[in-house]
Amino acid sequence: MQFMLLFSRQGKLRLQKWYVPLSDKEKKKITRELVQTVLARKPKMCSFLEWRDLKIVYKRYASLYFCCAIEDQDNELITLEIIHRYVELLDKYFGSVCELDIIFNFEKAYFILDEFLLGGEAQETSKKNVLKAIEQADLLQEVRYGEFPHRCTLASSASVRGTPTTSLVLTLS
Amino acid sequence: MALKMVKGSIDRMFDKNLQDLVRGIRNHKEDEAKFISACIDEIKHELKQDNIAVKANAVCKLTYLQMLGYDVSWAAFNIIEVMSSSKFTFKRIGYLAASQCFHEGTDVIMLTTNQIRKDLSSPNQYDTGVALTGLSCFVTPDLARDLANDIMTLMSHTKPYIRKKAVLIMYKVFLKYPESLRPAFPRLKEKLEDPDPGVQSAAVNVICELARRNPKNYLSLAPLFFKLMTSSTNNWVLIKIIKLFGALTPLEPRLGKKLIEPLTNLIHSTSAMSLLYECVNTVIAVLISLSSGMPNHSASIQLCVQKLRILIEDSDQNLKYLGLLAMSKILKTHPKSVQSHKDLILQCLDDKDESIRLRALDLLYGMVSKKNLMEIVKKLMIHVDKAEGTTYRDELLTKIIDICSQSNYQYITNFEWYISILVELTRLEGTRHGHLIASQMLDVAIRVKAIRSFAVSQMAMLLDNAHLLTGNTQRNGICEVLYAAAWICGEFSEHLEEPMQTLEAMLRPKVTTLPGHIQAVYVQNAVKLFATVLARQEGAGDRQAAQETTELLIEKLPQFVQSSDLEASCILQLIKYIQKLQAKEVSVSEEVSALFAGELNPVAPKAQKKVPIPDGLDLDSWINKPLREIESEDEKPRAVFQVEEPQHSRPRVPEIDEKELAKRREVRKQEQASNPFYIKSSPSPQKETANVDHIPVVQIDLTVPLKVPGMPMSEQYVKLEEDRRQKQKQDKKKDKKKKKEKEKKRGKGRRLDSAHTESEEDIAPAQSVDIMTEEMPENALPSDEDDKDPNDPYRALDIDLDKPMVDSDKLPVQTHRPTEGLKSPDPVAGVEEQDEKKSSKKIKKDKERKDKERKKSKEEKKKKKHRKSTPGEEEEGQVEKPAPAAAESKITALPTAPPTEDFDLDFWLSSAPVPSQSQPELVDPAPSSEPEEPKDEEEREESKSSKHKKQQHRKEKEEKSKKKKKKKHQDEGKAKSVQNGTLEEEEEPLPPMTNYSLLAENSDIKMVSTGQQGARMV
Repeated sequence: MQFMLLFSRQGKLRLQKWYVPLSDKEKKKITRELVQTVLARKPKMCSFLEWRDLKIVYKRYASLYFCCAIEDQDNELITLEIIHRYVELLDKYFGSVCELDIIFNFEKAYFILDEFLLGGEAQETSKKNVLKAIEQADLLQEVRYGEFPHRCTLASSASVRGTPTTSLVLTLS
Repeated sequence: MALKMVKGSIDRMFDKNLQDLVRGIRNHKEDEAKFISACIDEIKHELKQDNIAVKANAVCKLTYLQMLGYDVSWAAFNIIEVMSSSKFTFKRIGYLAASQCFHEGTDVIMLTTNQIRKDLSSPNQYDTGVALTGLSCFVTPDLARDLANDIMTLMSHTKPYIRKKAVLIMYKVFLKYPESLRPAFPRLKEKLEDPDPGVQSAAVNVICELARRNPKNYLSLAPLFFKLMTSSTNNWVLIKIIKLFGALTPLEPRLGKKLIEPLTNLIHSTSAMSLLYECVNTVIAVLISLSSGMPNHSASIQLCVQKLRILIEDSDQNLKYLGLLAMSKILKTHPKSVQSHKDLILQCLDDKDESIRLRALDLLYGMVSKKNLMEIVKKLMIHVDKAEGTTYRDELLTKIIDICSQSNYQYITNFEWYISILVELTRLEGTRHGHLIASQMLDVAIRVKAIRSFAVSQMAMLLDNAHLLTGNTQRNGICEVLYAAAWICGEFSEHLEEPMQTLEAMLRPKVTTLPGHIQAVYVQNAVKLFATVLARQEGAGDRQAAQETTELLIEKLPQFVQSSDLEASCILQLIKYIQKLQAKEVSVSEEVSALFAGELNPVAPKAQKKVPIPDGLDLDSWINKPLREIESEDEKPRAVFQVEEPQHSRPRVPEIDEKELAKRREVRKQEQASNPFYIKSSPSPQKETANVDHIPVVQIDLTVPLKVPGMPMSEQYVKLEEDRRQKQKQDKKKDKKKKKEKEKKRGKGRRLDSAHTESEEDIAPAQSVDIMTEEMPENALPSDEDDKDPNDPYRALDIDLDKPMVDSDKLPVQTHRPTEGLKSPDPVAGVEEQDEKKSSKKIKKDKERKDKERKKSKEEKKKKKHRKSTPGEEEEGQVEKPAPAAAESKITALPTAPPTEDFDLDFWLSSAPVPSQSQPELVDPAPSSEPEEPKDEEEREESKSSKHKKQQHRKEKEEKSKKKKKKKHQDEGKAKSVQNGTLEEEEEPLPPMTNYSLLAENSDIKMVSTGQQGARMV
């Protein structure tokens, strides 16, 4: 996998992970282009598209698009599986995850992703193991960070702003 | 900002954490930039504080801002500070920030080396883990070089959590620092049998990725992977392995044979679509690799096609798409099995999803045959009518043309039909592909003589109804079609029934709204038509009508004079002159037609280039003073000219004073100077000169000799034309015969053959008359050269794929020294370079098939190697390895792939897979590269003993194992062994016996690992 992007229906980038070295400029360009292309696609369309010399695999969960770029020989279906697995992990970790969880705890989302994928390859196919690793690593964190449990922040902000809180998992499987 | 007000105490500083930032940004949608710049100021302030918690918080916020697109490179050093915090909380943030913000250009990145090394060796596995994760994102060649050894050590860490990360990151290290591959590979291979399934899967991932880029070097691992494949139940791992096999099979068809059975079993049994899809893909790859030799795999093909049909029929768009994608791969080698599913593919054209429709179109391209072409195109035409957006419609249009014109119109049996299709396509509004249709019309009309009269009548209709096409010339690319129509009508005007009517149509005022290059063609061809009309009218003895026609032209042509193309003015002069002649009751038609006499033949694209430049001709010097007027609109027509008929239209109207034209004319003159026909048949200049008493005539006289070039040829052709018409008929008959023959044949080379013969059929008559006939043979050769030129870099690249391995042979020693710091560099490096030279020489020898010598030297080296490595320490083993390995051969570029393995591979491939046979490779390299662990000592002893055995066996070369193999090889693989480089080493007398003893031991380990795998399924 070359990179993974999460962006909202409005085209706002929520998470980006690059497994190939690119300049910031190039990254921005790619992001802009892909977000446009993917958002322009109709819901009934298949999740794959050829883009430059890469294959783009994307899937929409509630308001979020998960978008991965893979190489020519890579398996599209397993990439969808990876996306799905990541969503499941987020869901387990945050407890019916929504876009706001990822916005406000974006570092957590990264940590989970990093436990799941490394260098663009799936490093752990067991959900349990990934979550265990995250939990244990979280335990090592200082209490001060624990003072701001993400759920509280989320719950309050979510209700106040009325932003999409639809669980991503609603659309799972 | 409001929050900033409350800032005062350190505690409150923390108030503005990441969540506050995010919330703030969301609350300042109107003045986001302003808010963020305030935040950045605040962050800058925070970063200046000593409190690491504050810094970490600031860095965390920066990471968020980075994602929003703000430049945070200025904080790189602060990120490093946070990374180096001793507390995991902050370290984690620091590494996250680094992994998001650092790239190869980040200069402070080199400061991190020691910190990362420290973290890698941290007792806390999460410190190590976080460092590894971070490193995977921002590893640079320098970091890779400096840390390769540390990471390699981690591959044998006690905790699987670390091991799997270390294994995975090694891939990134290899990419950045290829020299590390050789020393690290033995351990990596070991991890394929790690007791932890996660580590195992990581190793599979890495090796698969490596093997995909450079499959040759991993062929020796096939037996091991085969065993993993048949034992593993983890779909993630299976997919990777099967993909790896897909990359390997092209190199070793026998491997493919072996794979077919387990793969088809998997296809039958698995419920996971991703796995099924991967299996089908690899089976296709296998079938492609086998396609030359093995006809009896139709069952597997059928299975694949059936499964793909199920995918395509699925309601899931994704499966549909992939099914079509995979189907197109089968189509390349087994078109027949796909063609039976034409109905299904045609159905997909109705799909809502454009990407699926496009896939189906791609498939159709390969599915057409003489029989179904019309039917398929008919369906496509219906879709063209239905199509919504222009992009898809344009795609359809290009596909229709592609499908019809492929392999030299191989599948078109009725060109009248094709012309009508093209004419129908001109009704498309707003298409961008007018030029495409135009070029097809021209191509068909020029090359298929029999169709000309039909084409001309159709084109005349188009010209007559030109107003329909030119509704909106600016956005409408379809008017390009008129270019073709005008040209065809002019050029083949003898086929026109009512040339006068067409001539009038071409001189309508509306024409002036067309683009300049089309107007130019109109004018040129109006004159051609004029010549035809004159000839007919004078032939009928109707001088009055002839003069009226001239009147008409003189009346209408001035409207074109304002065009930027010069044709109109030149031709107007010409017509005026003709009028004068007519006034004198001179019969002009013959001479006017002489202007355009001669057959225009299709010219090979490169032909013009191949015209030899006569001595003393400087193409760059001006013949006339440069004309500056023609610049602006020149480009567009030129593209059309060059693609379509670089020569027909221009030589026709030699009055055009274009520099290129002048040059060409010059070239042609030279040619004709040496042409015997030139002198013979130049009556027109004489006639003209006879008339040249008038002053204006002198000017025209200049043009006349320029026209002469056409004359001699034309008179040759007049005779030939008659012949050709007869030939045409014969050709047609031949066509039919050939077609029938072809349909009967249907062999492998069918396409090539038929394409060839058909092209000859089409061009043959043209070629016989072709001005370029002499140049065609020349052309063939130089064009080959031309083809080579672009290919050369690719060939170089092909070699490059292998070369990294060779280069790495050189470098690991040099670069490994710094990390390992044990051996003195120079002697080893020197030796290595020598070795490499030798090896490259050997490769040449390889080609010369002087295998035996090489093998002997290899064997010697091998012995040496083993002697050195057995007593050696870890570093020695690692350092030494590359050198002998380099010497061994390119094929076994990896140290872990000594000839023994090829030998074993052969054995494995040619015999029934005894599970334990795959073992030797795992253990064999271990002694030389990894004497670190206690276990290895035992292995070393064994390997020693094995070496003794080997030596003994070498003496008895042809015995035992050989016999076994030979029998089997003779059965199966002799012919193939020549194809494959690795098999040349077949004769390598390293008995597998040594490995057998080792096998027995490790098979326990394997059982454990596979057992655990079983426990963890996806």
